[in-house]
Amino acid sequence: MEPIIELTHVSKTFHAQNGEVEALKDISLSIEKGDIFGIIGLSGAGKSTLVRCLNLLEKPTSGEVIVNGNSLMSLSNKQLRKERQRIGMIFQHFNLLMQRTVLDNICFPLEIAGVKKSEARKRAMELLEVVNLSEKAKAYPAQLSGGQKQRVAIARVLATDPEILLCDEATSALDPQTTKSILSLLKEINEKRGITIVVITHEMAVVQEICSHVAVLDHGNLMETGSVEDLFRKPKTDAAKRLVLSGFAHIGEMKGERKVRVTFDGHTAFEPIIGNIILEYKTPINILYADTKTINGNAEGEMILQLPQNEEIADKIVSYFKEKNLGVEEVDDYAR
Amino acid sequence: MLDSTTIHMLVEGTGATLYMTLLSTFFGYVLGLPIGIILTITDKEGIKPNAVVYKILDFIVNILRSIPFLILLILLIPVTRFIVGKSYGVAATVVPLVFAAAPFIGRMVESSLKEVDKGVIEAAQSMGAGTMTIIWKVLLAEARTSLLVGLTIAIGTILGYSAMAGVVGGGGLGDIAIRYGYYRYQTNIMIITIVILVLLVQILQGIGMMVSKKLDRRQH
Repeated sequence: MEPIIELTHVSKTFHAQNGEVEALKDISLSIEKGDIFGIIGLSGAGKSTLVRCLNLLEKPTSGEVIVNGNSLMSLSNKQLRKERQRIGMIFQHFNLLMQRTVLDNICFPLEIAGVKKSEARKRAMELLEVVNLSEKAKAYPAQLSGGQKQRVAIARVLATDPEILLCDEATSALDPQTTKSILSLLKEINEKRGITIVVITHEMAVVQEICSHVAVLDHGNLMETGSVEDLFRKPKTDAAKRLVLSGFAHIGEMKGERKVRVTFDGHTAFEPIIGNIILEYKTPINILYADTKTINGNAEGEMILQLPQNEEIADKIVSYFKEKNLGVEEVDDYAR
Repeated sequence: MLDSTTIHMLVEGTGATLYMTLLSTFFGYVLGLPIGIILTITDKEGIKPNAVVYKILDFIVNILRSIPFLILLILLIPVTRFIVGKSYGVAATVVPLVFAAAPFIGRMVESSLKEVDKGVIEAAQSMGAGTMTIIWKVLLAEARTSLLVGLTIAIGTILGYSAMAGVVGGGGLGDIAIRYGYYRYQTNIMIITIVILVLLVQILQGIGMMVSKKLDRRQH
């Protein structure tokens, strides 16, 4: 496989009012043809700048960008515009023309490319079928949902048959369900049309879902690159570890049925009991209710906790509370 | 109450006012639209940033905008005489009206075009659109509602300016109001001209707003 995108020593410095900001620091990267390549990083890592260097919407301060065998920086304006027709891009906020119908939006890149109107319309209708939105041809973007808008944007970007598709946080404004369907559409496009896709995201879940290779970006530095499996199994850098761990943020709903009421007085309030339990038994505890009252001049606290489903651990937790001299009683009529 | 000569005069005055207003608006846009476009694209956030061009144009627009119309009217008499051949009458009023309207229109066009979503412009650039394509198919097309509202405001303002030109014998309803209503104390004629002016503004405003709303696709 030969690389379709190659960055060598790319740096980008912005001149802001309060000094210079190094958005990208000496980035070298190569992306192979037919790949779905993820670039992941937290906000401010430089991802958006990096992806804009791939079609020169941002001009690198130094370094070289080679796409489809052309060094983009050495192209004339006219050649660059021609080249951009082969590098499609979709965006977080879809960026459709609000005053044009869905069909005319898809015709827009074809107008730029100088395709005849009747031909453009025919092609646009075909693409609407690909993204499953044929019935919305005459609708305006304002009448569509977020997911539908992104589908239109995808149809629009496919109109000029690009070799590369850049996705700048393309699913970040969408709900999880819609994100899934857009990602599977991208995967389908990659498989059926052999389009190389570069995905910019801050979500590990997106990378895991569709990418084959990934680069981790942190404060303008390229931390590591490799296959998604490798990053997932053995992240080498701290930035990568943090991103991998953020994938576990969704622990899911607590399923345990047992609830206990725990009471404590001012003396035990300084001990991080709940924290200790979570660390000790590696299990989440759900605090359903908590309050402190002053009874006869003493601070008295009470908490209603939902225990984990595992009976054994739940029992251990109850005895842990007893050990610490806290009042524990089972409650079963506490409604959420 | 009114004899036929007065009625004839008022009808002619209304025609002259409309003629001045529409002609000035037209030429105002011939100059103002490019000014607005250039101000938008040469701004440092624009698609062709150019600090020198922006600053020069910005300065000229500000200067012209800060001269009161009545003063501009007198100041421009030599220019008017050069272009039209005389300094009074309907045609002569158009010249200072255009000079007053163009920078004002330029500013309004600039503010309309700057409302266009930067992301949409970026998307067009990513498709390989050139500057002219972006101006025509993105900036002007996407801002059309706002531009039409601006046009409506411009017509109303120019109509008001044209009445001021009556002071220097400019013709039209303003001229009639000053000559009959003010110099000859014929209050009834003054009131009729005011009513006609109010009606004209209302009608033009109504049409403008209706058309702009009709052309707006951003709502369901």
